[in-house]
Amino acid sequence: MPRPLGRRRSLMARITAAMLGSLVVLALVGPLVRGEAADLPDPSAVLQGPSVAHPFGTDNLGRDLLARVLTATRPSLLLALTAVLLGAAGGVLLGASTAVVGPRARRLLAGLINLLLAFPALLVAMFLAVVFGAGAGGAVLALAVAGVPGFARLAQTLAAGVAGTDHLAAARVLGLRRHRLLWRHVLPNIAEPLLLSTTTAAGTALVALSGLSFLGLGVQPPDYDWGQLLNQGLDRIYVEPLPALAPGLAILYAALTFQLLGEVLAAGVARRSPARRTPAPRLSPSGPAGDGLVLQVEDLHVELPTPDGVIRPVRGVSLSLRPGEIVGLVGESGSGKSLTALAIADLLPDEARVSRRTLRVLGADLAAMTPGERDHHLATGLAMIFQNPASALNPSLRVATQLTESVRAHRGASRTQALAEAANALHRVALPPALLHSRPHQLSGGQRQRVMIAAGLMVRPGLIIADEPTTALDVTVQRQITGLLSEIRQATSAAVLFISHDIALVGEFCERVLVMYAGTIVEALPADRLATGARHPYTRALVASVPDLGADRDRPLPTVEGAPPDPLAPAPGCPFEPRCPSRRSRCAEQAPPLDDLDAAHRLACWNPVPVTVEAVKP
Amino acid sequence: MSVPQLLRHPWTAFLGRRTARLLLSLGVVLTASFAMIRLVPGDPVRAALGVDAAPGLVAARRHSLGLDAPFLSQYRHYVGGLVHGDLGTSLVTGTPVAELVRTRLPATLEIAGLAFLVTLAVALPCGLLAAVRTRDGRHPRTELVFTAVTAALAGVPDFVLAAGLTALLAVGLQLLPVAGAAGVESFVLPVLALSLAPTVVLVRIVRVETLKVLSEDYMRTARSKRLSPARRYLRHAAPNTATAALTVAGSLLPALIAGTVLVEKVFAWPGIGSAMAQSVVAQDYPVVQAMVLVLGTTVLLAGLLVDVLLAVLDPRSAIREI
Repeated sequence: MPRPLGRRRSLMARITAAMLGSLVVLALVGPLVRGEAADLPDPSAVLQGPSVAHPFGTDNLGRDLLARVLTATRPSLLLALTAVLLGAAGGVLLGASTAVVGPRARRLLAGLINLLLAFPALLVAMFLAVVFGAGAGGAVLALAVAGVPGFARLAQTLAAGVAGTDHLAAARVLGLRRHRLLWRHVLPNIAEPLLLSTTTAAGTALVALSGLSFLGLGVQPPDYDWGQLLNQGLDRIYVEPLPALAPGLAILYAALTFQLLGEVLAAGVARRSPARRTPAPRLSPSGPAGDGLVLQVEDLHVELPTPDGVIRPVRGVSLSLRPGEIVGLVGESGSGKSLTALAIADLLPDEARVSRRTLRVLGADLAAMTPGERDHHLATGLAMIFQNPASALNPSLRVATQLTESVRAHRGASRTQALAEAANALHRVALPPALLHSRPHQLSGGQRQRVMIAAGLMVRPGLIIADEPTTALDVTVQRQITGLLSEIRQATSAAVLFISHDIALVGEFCERVLVMYAGTIVEALPADRLATGARHPYTRALVASVPDLGADRDRPLPTVEGAPPDPLAPAPGCPFEPRCPSRRSRCAEQAPPLDDLDAAHRLACWNPVPVTVEAVKP
Repeated sequence: MSVPQLLRHPWTAFLGRRTARLLLSLGVVLTASFAMIRLVPGDPVRAALGVDAAPGLVAARRHSLGLDAPFLSQYRHYVGGLVHGDLGTSLVTGTPVAELVRTRLPATLEIAGLAFLVTLAVALPCGLLAAVRTRDGRHPRTELVFTAVTAALAGVPDFVLAAGLTALLAVGLQLLPVAGAAGVESFVLPVLALSLAPTVVLVRIVRVETLKVLSEDYMRTARSKRLSPARRYLRHAAPNTATAALTVAGSLLPALIAGTVLVEKVFAWPGIGSAMAQSVVAQDYPVVQAMVLVLGTTVLLAGLLVDVLLAVLDPRSAIREI
């Protein structure tokens, strides 16, 4: 639920702010409050455990450890911040300058940054701290230098984005000096992500500095910070854990604060609200079964929640397929044709809501089945072929696996049996059996779609739903794939629902054509009537936009003007009305129903286009 | 394969470039470790032997370290010594450093390697599980808790965790040994301290990468085949996150190896790191120098191993990128 989630996010932000505030206050007033107790040796209270007077105990000179931990806040934070700011300044200048220098110098700098990044910053810091000599100054400098490559890489990556912009190119043409380019154009454009990383790096620097002090390379007595206190406490940890735990917890607290700060800042940059979920209503049983239909859909609706509101991309679609029939479903992208296919195949995303009067696939009512029965029924009779075979095949699995897994899971086929069937399926789509051992990236686009079809054949389907199977392929390969589908249909008497935006292609090899617009079927007609017998203005417009199907070649090629209606604000009338050349006043008020013109032709239009007479006899 | 064919093979180019980079980095480590003892402020020999050491002894030790020879011949001598396995002599104990490395390196490799394996073994399944549970914005509460917990745990410094674990489990509850390497149970705390932060960082990356994979078209294809969730997630999704997961895991490895220095000090673990920590305090520079060299080389070789592994797993991306 969005509301409490949002509140909880801001709760995290508030906790972080409180932690940061407490650190700042401690750093400011800590030395004032208990500063004297922290440095006051008490020979009578050496190495004491926790007591009322000394809650964390005392050290080897009898100094109060609570006071020392509180007082150490300021040096620990200040040293870490100094180190990270120095490192960030050096790194950003080095990295950002790659955007304004020449290509050779840029390659050299990038190589240098890469070389340095191969070493962990902590190891570099330890090495440098030894070289610079143990002490607070040396440790800070060591940490700063060790942080330079990381910041340089980040700035380099960010600046590379800026370097390519027209802005910088223009500035360079204007002859601005390099350092002016850097200050005026590169740095301001990469400031925000850099600030974010600096926050996280501050936490890392604090931990690393504590680590150096812990090793004896950082702050030297009589000065002290948390790391040094931890080091001293560790010697007694077997006797008294608190003197080690207290500075450890202080380091942890500060590290967490910076970590959370980075998290909260980053979350503020990218925030998204998830769509609300409601449990799916149980569907009532389907209406009476049609005679010998492979697919029977009546009054199908799909609702989808979006961040802007619920849309209804499919609104009352009815269609049916007989065995061996090949039917085209045509429409613009966004017309709801793919969602119709996914609804039939029970593959819609979870948040989608489906309602229908009847949905029978391969003779069975899906709503009357358990999920297990439904999976088995669909897996052994329905083949889906998707649009882009390059992304629809799994890149890391061999063709053999992708072909055989479905029959092995649902028909209980043995490995050898399934492999033999797979080789046979490849043969039927005119591919050599050797391809079984290939991975998808080794195949061409046409070969991949053939593999997808072969995977569908493995199912021995009664119904094949092909969702734009040729869109991603070039024209000659398109013809091969549609030819292949026709062959399969003839050989197996499987019905094919062929979904496409290409009315020419559909008209060529389908028997019937369903034209879909804005979630509804507006016309259903035999394919041979497309050229001259289409009655809906939208079908006409689609046909006219195809060069080789249009009757009149003397006039310029018309296109379908305007855009489909906004799915968030559907109008009451015919959805095509705003774009329709033959609209009447009634069209905007009432949506026309899909009525039979004759046994083979259905139409949803108040003012149909007359049949083109002169084109019937050319 | 003929020789020209072998030369044009993408693997040859990959290994060639990768080896060149390794040699360059090794040169940096070598030179840095050589330069260290010459760069430290003051006289390292006098610092190690004490202020009241006899001048004759200091001069003799300087001579035996080769510090009185010309700079370039010192470098030649240093590299020559390394080739023959001579890493110098400890200023404090007078024993060869190579001997120290030989006895100590296995202990460090053991905890670092184990910690890395634990990181992978925990982060990969947990990240996958978290992604499956929070896919398509499901279970927003789980996602929030996951983000908050991993963010908090990622900020826990390894040596602070080591101290906390010692206080709690070893000293307080006396469940596990406090320090030293004796038996399997002594591995538990150091490995835990080393692997926590990389694990939570990796688990987040694995979740995000898996979420990306779950929204891919081929996952819908797998659904259209009505495969079981186990097969869809483990066989179809997991292999496609492996490359990204291993790339990130590999980038966490150098910091993990460097972390052994601090963690070994807490647990008095007899490895390279604790030897380095001791010699830093004792200002025994030949030992520090050798330990820097050994740790740096270990980091570089581990990086090479990860890169080769990635190239084997996913030849397309790895070879193209490097």
